[in-house]
Amino acid sequence: MNDMLFYDRLQFAFTITFHYIFPQLTMGLSLLIVYFKWKFLKTDIEKYNNAAKFFMKIFAVNFTMGVVTGIPMEFQFGTNWAKFSELTGGIIGQTLAMEGMFSFFLESSFLALFIFGEKLMGQKLHFLTGFLVFLGSWLSGWFILATNSWMQHPVGYEILENGKFVLHNFSALFSNTWLIPAYLHNQAASLVTSSFVVASIGAFYILRNKNVAYGKLFLKTGIIFGLISSLFVAFPTGDWNAKNVATHQPASFAAMEGIFKTEQGGAEIVLIGQPNMVEKKLDNKIAVPNILSFLTYKDWNKQIKGMDKFKKEDSPDNIPALYYAYHIMVGLGTIFIAVMVLSVFFLWREKIFTFKPLLWIIMFLVPFPYIANLTGWYVAELGRQPYLVYGLLRTSIGMSPTVSSGNTLFTLLGFVGLYMLLGLLFLVLIGKTIHEGPTPKKL
Amino acid sequence: MELYWYLIIAVVLAIFFVLDGYDFGVGIIHLFFAKKESDKEVIAKAAGLFWDSNEVWLVAGGGMLFMAFPTLYSSAFSGFYLPLIIVLWLIVFRAIGLEFRGQFNYNIWTTIWDKAFGVSSLLLALFFGVALGNVVRGVNLGGVENGISVYEKQYFFLPLWNSSFSPLSEHPGVLDWFTIIIGLISVVTLAIHGATWIILKTNASINNQLKSVTFKLNVALLILTIFSLVVWEIVKPNSLNNFIDKPYLIGFPIIYFVGLFGLFFIKRLKKDIYAFTFSTLVILGGITSSLASLFPVVLPSTNTINEPLTIYNTATSEYGLSVALGWGIIGLILLFGYFIVQKRILTGKIDHMDYGNH
Repeated sequence: MNDMLFYDRLQFAFTITFHYIFPQLTMGLSLLIVYFKWKFLKTDIEKYNNAAKFFMKIFAVNFTMGVVTGIPMEFQFGTNWAKFSELTGGIIGQTLAMEGMFSFFLESSFLALFIFGEKLMGQKLHFLTGFLVFLGSWLSGWFILATNSWMQHPVGYEILENGKFVLHNFSALFSNTWLIPAYLHNQAASLVTSSFVVASIGAFYILRNKNVAYGKLFLKTGIIFGLISSLFVAFPTGDWNAKNVATHQPASFAAMEGIFKTEQGGAEIVLIGQPNMVEKKLDNKIAVPNILSFLTYKDWNKQIKGMDKFKKEDSPDNIPALYYAYHIMVGLGTIFIAVMVLSVFFLWREKIFTFKPLLWIIMFLVPFPYIANLTGWYVAELGRQPYLVYGLLRTSIGMSPTVSSGNTLFTLLGFVGLYMLLGLLFLVLIGKTIHEGPTPKKL
Repeated sequence: MELYWYLIIAVVLAIFFVLDGYDFGVGIIHLFFAKKESDKEVIAKAAGLFWDSNEVWLVAGGGMLFMAFPTLYSSAFSGFYLPLIIVLWLIVFRAIGLEFRGQFNYNIWTTIWDKAFGVSSLLLALFFGVALGNVVRGVNLGGVENGISVYEKQYFFLPLWNSSFSPLSEHPGVLDWFTIIIGLISVVTLAIHGATWIILKTNASINNQLKSVTFKLNVALLILTIFSLVVWEIVKPNSLNNFIDKPYLIGFPIIYFVGLFGLFFIKRLKKDIYAFTFSTLVILGGITSSLASLFPVVLPSTNTINEPLTIYNTATSEYGLSVALGWGIIGLILLFGYFIVQKRILTGKIDHMDYGNH
């Protein structure tokens, strides 16, 4: 990989990773806020309303971060990936522009109204603004996933003589077989993050013996939503996506599962092991025979192609990173299900609020759903390599032809510095909001 | 079809400059004129309440430009790489300043973030003017050197400046004396716009002082405008031909001058909204006049080898444009709808509006 491609990819990876810390929380959290507000309308218990408003404050901080780190994402298509934008803008521009028009506006306009307008609007309208914020953020995910699904599995296009992709069938962008499973998987994963955050804040309040009534509400809500979403991430959505990858991107499938050699008969599922790229095998491997074939094809003995069957230039260019990203995601997902099953069990036995070890675990688990979400995206993006548009447009062709690597390194370093500052301030602000708690101040 | 999209994008970006323009202007006024603590707070709030819903117009405009004119988007964004990324940093930095200033209540904290907000607003106003200046002046498309294109004909790369700072050189930079003049016009215009917004939306104690500030800035704006028209003719001879060929385009400069002259009466205007309307007209007129002088070119070429980028040679397919027009119109109606709902509900002076974080 030449310098230029490396810096361009690193800058995009860094900025999108940092950006996606925020939307993954806001998408799921908006649903929980709607739930709290709905409970308040139904029961008229003030606690639910305060919970909704408290989490909307956390939402707002994350949304601000999402906006300021999201604008650079849109710009970078043009600044760093000009050739890609020129060739495919007629298609991915559609979905990206729709995101801006239909979802981003909805979210930002009604967020301001939710925060400032409760007294002016009355409770039913206030609920409606909350619902519209939720709708906006989920639509946003829909259009971004539609864009990404087109890159993973291009449909509805036509390639002109000059190499440009133009739109041939608009509705195909949204009936893409890649889109529905990817979207559901992503949204469920986003709900995992926000459920864990809600549960974690709840556990913190209970352990600290402060805002305990809220702590119990948050913990209970968090683990119930957490269990449902953790299960839904794995099955059916995770399974469905894996089958899509196996069908449409078999080279990536082999790499992420760590199958170096094509075996006779069924393929084993690798639990642990480190890719050894020199000897083309996994070191320290622990694997269970035939399971992968069964999970993928419902047939214990179906052969699965290994990396040896694919040309190097058509396979992902960073196999260890792809393999690790996938295994971290799956491993964490499994742990989430285990912890949430256990938590719901203790909740059912009415012991969870006093069972401190579990509360500590729930409190400290909070970074991991973020890691699982981000590694999930790494799987999607590293797995698509060496293409920007799978099978059709190589990543190396998509760069801006006139921007030098020195300039990209300069801007990459600038982003790193600025985002460090931003991240630090974000933590301070969230810490302050959690510290102040959901109880409204007496005026 | 290209024309429709050109108009839609021009309208959306013009709205962005009107809305986020007052945000930037508020920052400039904040930097130079807000002295009392209470004024500082309420003036920062005049920008802070709405900046994110204002910036979504930029996102929408950028997205539509990407979709409708992908060649222009990729050429301009990669060619103006450094200034654009710097603008992004400033946008991020400004937002940090606005969002964080009120979080802790001691003076060195608020002072730091006030300065961050003010300085980045000022620089953004300057850069947006410089950007307009660059578009008007044109760029070395294809990177022509000694009569040979170094890049494909629609690509270029601009350094931040070159040694001569001259717009007439073969390899112009982002900053030269012409674009800086346009940048200054932008700073002055947005400062006026910010002042009229503060007067409209707050009860800051400096509102009366701001009226005389606006008056003085307006004098400066008139002088700069006349001066820029002269240098414009030097940098781009025949730039007024479009107005002669299509006389109805003269409406746009008229909008500009109506706003400009209206602002001279700021102290006598009965309602604060009139002053804000006049400064809005200045921005709308300024942007539309510049675009109209180029039309249908969107990025002129400074060399004779490669033709300029126009709305016709940068657009995507007819099918793409027409299918997008369908959802685009629905989208625009929704945008205006939200916008009106939001402004109706959050109407009036903002001094006592709860910031949500307290």
